[in-house]
Amino acid sequence: MPEATVKTPGPAAGMRDRIGGAVRWDTAVGALLVVLLLCSFSFVENFGNALNVSFLIGNTLPIALIALPMTMLVVSGEVDLSVGSTVGLSGAVMGALWNQGMAIETIIPICLLLGVVCGLVNGLLVTRLGLPSLAVTIGTMAAYRGIAQIVLGSDSVTDFPFQYLDFGAGRIGDTFIPYAALPFVVLLAIAVVVLHATRFGRSLFAIGASEEAARFSGVRVKRLKLAMFVTTGLLSALTGVFWALHYASARYDNAMGLELSVIAAVLLGGVDFDGGKGTLGGAIAGVFLLGTLQNVMSLLNVSAQSQIVVTGVLLVVSVLAPRIGREIAHARARRRTAAAPPGTPAPPPGARTPVA
Amino acid sequence: MTLTAPPVAEDAPAEGAARRRFIDKVFKARELAVAAVLVLMLLATQLSNTEFLSRQGITDLLLNATILVLVATGQAVVVITRNVDLSVGSVLGISAFAAGNYLQGGGSSLVAVVLAVGLGALFGALNGALVSLGKVPALVVTLGTLYIVRGIDSIWVGSRQITADSLPDGFVDFGHNGIWVVPYLALLAGAVLFCVGYYLRSYRSGREMYALGSSPEAAQLAGIPVRGRIMTAYVLCGALAGLAGALYLARFGNVDSATGSGYELTVVSAVVVGGVAFTGGSGTVYGAALGALLLTSINSVLPAIGVSSVWVTAINGILLLLAIAVDRILALRVAAVLRKQAARMRSARHA
Repeated sequence: MPEATVKTPGPAAGMRDRIGGAVRWDTAVGALLVVLLLCSFSFVENFGNALNVSFLIGNTLPIALIALPMTMLVVSGEVDLSVGSTVGLSGAVMGALWNQGMAIETIIPICLLLGVVCGLVNGLLVTRLGLPSLAVTIGTMAAYRGIAQIVLGSDSVTDFPFQYLDFGAGRIGDTFIPYAALPFVVLLAIAVVVLHATRFGRSLFAIGASEEAARFSGVRVKRLKLAMFVTTGLLSALTGVFWALHYASARYDNAMGLELSVIAAVLLGGVDFDGGKGTLGGAIAGVFLLGTLQNVMSLLNVSAQSQIVVTGVLLVVSVLAPRIGREIAHARARRRTAAAPPGTPAPPPGARTPVA
Repeated sequence: MTLTAPPVAEDAPAEGAARRRFIDKVFKARELAVAAVLVLMLLATQLSNTEFLSRQGITDLLLNATILVLVATGQAVVVITRNVDLSVGSVLGISAFAAGNYLQGGGSSLVAVVLAVGLGALFGALNGALVSLGKVPALVVTLGTLYIVRGIDSIWVGSRQITADSLPDGFVDFGHNGIWVVPYLALLAGAVLFCVGYYLRSYRSGREMYALGSSPEAAQLAGIPVRGRIMTAYVLCGALAGLAGALYLARFGNVDSATGSGYELTVVSAVVVGGVAFTGGSGTVYGAALGALLLTSINSVLPAIGVSSVWVTAINGILLLLAIAVDRILALRVAAVLRKQAARMRSARHA
């Protein structure tokens, strides 16, 4: 949540994102992903074949898709917990309309529009009323899921047209690339450019670092945040359509709890929950690190329950480790200043570590 | 919140006191509003379905609310310190199973309850340590422990299940009987609620929780042991979740590895509907308890007036949104009124 904590630059300011002042966190996660992939390819049976890798990518895509706007949202200091419910709602509406006999070419745009509306509701409540996004999206999480339940009840719709199901679940020839990965790569490229190479993206970082400062330097804070909430809704709805096709099942409880997986992956990728810091590369590395770990653990017959523990531990470590690293860097800097000749002002203890 | 930052600082103390009374009134009104909605809803239901508020009906309403009230009380304390505990559902589940497992082995009921509370407090202490020492965002840490505790629970429980017939009769009776229409469980929850409410209102360390939630930096500078208080809040929250687990076992007699999953959101909704603001430093546990009572009553009201239960989730969500939106609008209004008042006072003084 955006707290107006003053971030005083200390002598170790440049090391803020680094572990003990050496490696950037997102680079470390990326490296870890590469190491994990290499180990899995060489040591885990059945991991390396094209079919398994295509499963891995296909099953990770929903999280990856939502992680794109979620990263930007968290960078700007907000969060959206209603994404899982938006996925469920868009799937449920898709199923209900399909049961009504509507053509799928009309249904999909309607679902996407619905996602925009969901995002708009979140965004307007946050930006116009000034409510904390956490509280708002916990509310809309229940509301959207509830509407999905009202729309579709406990039905499950599975008889979507074959070519669409094939697009959702199939892969290109005998390669490891699912069809759906291609549009994702395009979206990823767009997101990377927008966040890291445009004025819009820089403004998001500015808002996350200090909303007030951003406003005074001419950033249209509310408009930008609203845009991000709407984008998140849109991509969640897209994911809902993909989910229903990929698993050939539209149910109201599709993607239950997905919001937690997305946030876990994004934070694991080094995006700071307080806003203002993070990279899309790191977030996507985090997403695929979790996805690959789950795939490998399933292949190694590790129970689903143990996988939950691993996810939780990784999440806690991913937020704890950078802070500990920072503390160490601080302590080192303090020692250095203490060793320096008197007159050099020592950084006040705990200057940049506001109360949790 | 806006209310805790008075727009003008140079006012006379008497004026400040008057303003505080005004603000107090607004907040009292907040709890009164929840109570009024609750009463209206129950009366309206009673009118359309005369069986609703029968003796058994009231007992059921209270029984249903008990567990949520307990967890919401603990959660309210944590939210007042400007933190949150998402792991309560998992902690409730694992404590319920621990108590049930012990009772199945022939243990005594009292020890089982103590065991559940202790286990809950232990997980609370873990959360508290991570949040206060690690200085990491509470939402993220407790999201992590939500996974971890649920995972441990699932591994430990496996596909086992605890059923009512394997529990001692006394324990199960405790979960169902009561004095007149009030079940024992509700009495227990009421007593806990009152104790926590009294502590927060009248003890120094209780007041410090509010101070901490209003402004962590100011609290630290004022010499409040911030880490210790956060720790206390989490241990209390965990212990109450553990107690709620034991009561869950007594009430339903049925516990498996999925017990309590997804409960955290209901709890947070109850707390926020009851007027405990996410931004910390405001609200009371009584409000949270009223919120819990309101949410669980809706679950009973809808079937009683013939509305399908699929509406429950949506209504809960919309209620939560309404609660925070109304709160916010009210706060903005109050701030505007105070500003106007202060401006008038000032111009009167200068005239």
